Amino acid sequence: MAKKIPLKRKYEMMTRGLAWDTTYQDMDDVYPYDKFEGIKIHDWDAWEDPFRLTQDAYWKYQAEKERKLYAVIDSFAQNNGQLGLSDARYLGALKLFLTGVSPLEYQAHRHFAHLARNIRGTGAQVAAQMQSIDELRHAQTQIHAISHYNKYFDGLHDFTHMHDRVWYLSVPKSFFDDAVSAGPFEFFTAISFSFEYVLTNLLFVPFMSGAAYNGDLATVTFGFSAQSDESRHMTLGLEVIKFLLEQDEANVPIIQHWIDKWFWRGHRLLSLVGMMMDYMLPKKIMSWKDAWEMYFEEQGGALFEDLARYGIRPPMHAEQANNEKHRISHEVWAIFYQYTHAAGFHTWDIDDEHKAWLSAEYPDTFDKYYRPRLDLWKQMAADGNRYYNMALPQLCQVCQIPMGFTEPDDPTTICFRSREYQGDRYHFCSDGCQYIFDHEPEKYIQAWLPVHQIFQGNCGGAEIPDVLNWYHLNLGVDNMAYEGSAEEKIWNDWMATRRVGAART
Amino acid sequence: MSTNNVSITLQNTEDARPIVEAITADNPDATVHHYPAMVKIDCPGHLTISAESVGERLGRDWDPQELHLSVISLSGNIDEDDDHFDLSWN
Ligand SMILES: [Fe+2]
Ligand SMILES: [Fe+2]
Ligand SMILES: [Zn+2]
Repeated sequence: MAKKIPLKRKYEMMTRGLAWDTTYQDMDDVYPYDKFEGIKIHDWDAWEDPFRLTQDAYWKYQAEKERKLYAVIDSFAQNNGQLGLSDARYLGALKLFLTGVSPLEYQAHRHFAHLARNIRGTGAQVAAQMQSIDELRHAQTQIHAISHYNKYFDGLHDFTHMHDRVWYLSVPKSFFDDAVSAGPFEFFTAISFSFEYVLTNLLFVPFMSGAAYNGDLATVTFGFSAQSDESRHMTLGLEVIKFLLEQDEANVPIIQHWIDKWFWRGHRLLSLVGMMMDYMLPKKIMSWKDAWEMYFEEQGGALFEDLARYGIRPPMHAEQANNEKHRISHEVWAIFYQYTHAAGFHTWDIDDEHKAWLSAEYPDTFDKYYRPRLDLWKQMAADGNRYYNMALPQLCQVCQIPMGFTEPDDPTTICFRSREYQGDRYHFCSDGCQYIFDHEPEKYIQAWLPVHQIFQGNCGGAEIPDVLNWYHLNLGVDNMAYEGSAEEKIWNDWMATRRVGAART
Repeated sequence: MSTNNVSITLQNTEDARPIVEAITADNPDATVHHYPAMVKIDCPGHLTISAESVGERLGRDWDPQELHLSVISLSGNIDEDDDHFDLSWN
């Protein structure tokens, strides 16, 4: 039997061993994008993928992952797996995930392909090639899940169209547009490091475990299959940062600014996940606050201590984010509850058991600030006057979330920040978003803000039904209160049939 | 060396079970947390996965790259070779 080539040697041969420098054309002309951000790189060969994954092994393991994943997805579809969900309310979280995140997987696929072509280090090229293919796989498997759920439930019928238009989907869309319109090293810092390494655990790990707990086999399976690639992406994120910091001291302040910016961008984006975890999973696995402590304060804390040797400090607004862990899920749920008539999923009144859980998880804030509001809304609904907010909200110019977040030192006052730039006034939800605007106003003044666009007459009309039509959402079917919805009815009918069936056997 | 926790999260699967067993046997300071569908293992400063130790439990050779089939999250600097997979903080 031929002797196995040691891993380190094989990695050498399959990365740098396959590369050459161009001579007919200047390398700077072949790779025109990897210098303009001011990042200095002296030795691309110092780049090492710690997994030392080469293409041959990559295809072998990915094929194995796909075989396992599709076996589960197939049997889920064949056996009406959707009937095993804990409750149809769970679908709200799933719909938000699939319409908000799945298109980002595709964007990531495209941009890593771009990086694989446009950065000149071979190790980095190979890692970006693999990630590009991974992200395409993630998009595909999630679209298969959409296709299955769309047969039985509302709101998933036109997800690409919605992603480009719907007001809250502009939050994830604009986040990624911001990243792909940056240079290659900012993109790596934004997506690979700040998002995938520092924050993505909060999106995928407790939420997917929650999906399992709520009987959603399809989602936990595509989620964890994707996350097995994600641990490689996270590693790339950490390696890229260490590599850039080691290459030249002049890179340190540039990277620090990007970390400050993208930490806050990611934190705002994940406030939607906080709402999903605390309010939308019928069976809870951990609160947003606990997840934040575990993944950002503990793991992120260890990471930034490790990076201190390069002169990197924790993200600028980290303290503020830690402070917000007691609030944001409640604040975001309040936004969606009020505007559920303009969304692609339902919201509902919170029952007593759920309130008791929130109260136990958030002893400092829930009973004091949020319970009274939920009680009032529940009473209004009982009186036949379910609360829908008919005024369109002011959006933050940077994160594009309605301005429902509160002052750092006062959870009862909405936080407003604003700046004048070239004669126009721009609004922000927080110091973090304002800081981001101040560094690149010429970028953010171009933001496509859904509410501004509605008022400018670019979204199908001035009334909510016109706008929903333009979104391809069906008013009163895909959205509004869960109580009394078609989805609630069909779910209850299925469960009743199941009980009758069970009684017979 | 830092004593901050490094961490690895694996799926709750047949493939991952011998890996979890090897980690707990070889890293006495490791703490194992069970969640629906996953297992998170934390360990102060450093954690090692020995290919030999996993292989003994499996009854066949185990390549540390097979970890790709089971791992869902990591925290710490990675050092991987033919016979081990290590996580550490500096
Ligand atoms: Fe992905
Ligand atoms: Fe990824
Ligand atoms: Zn904002």
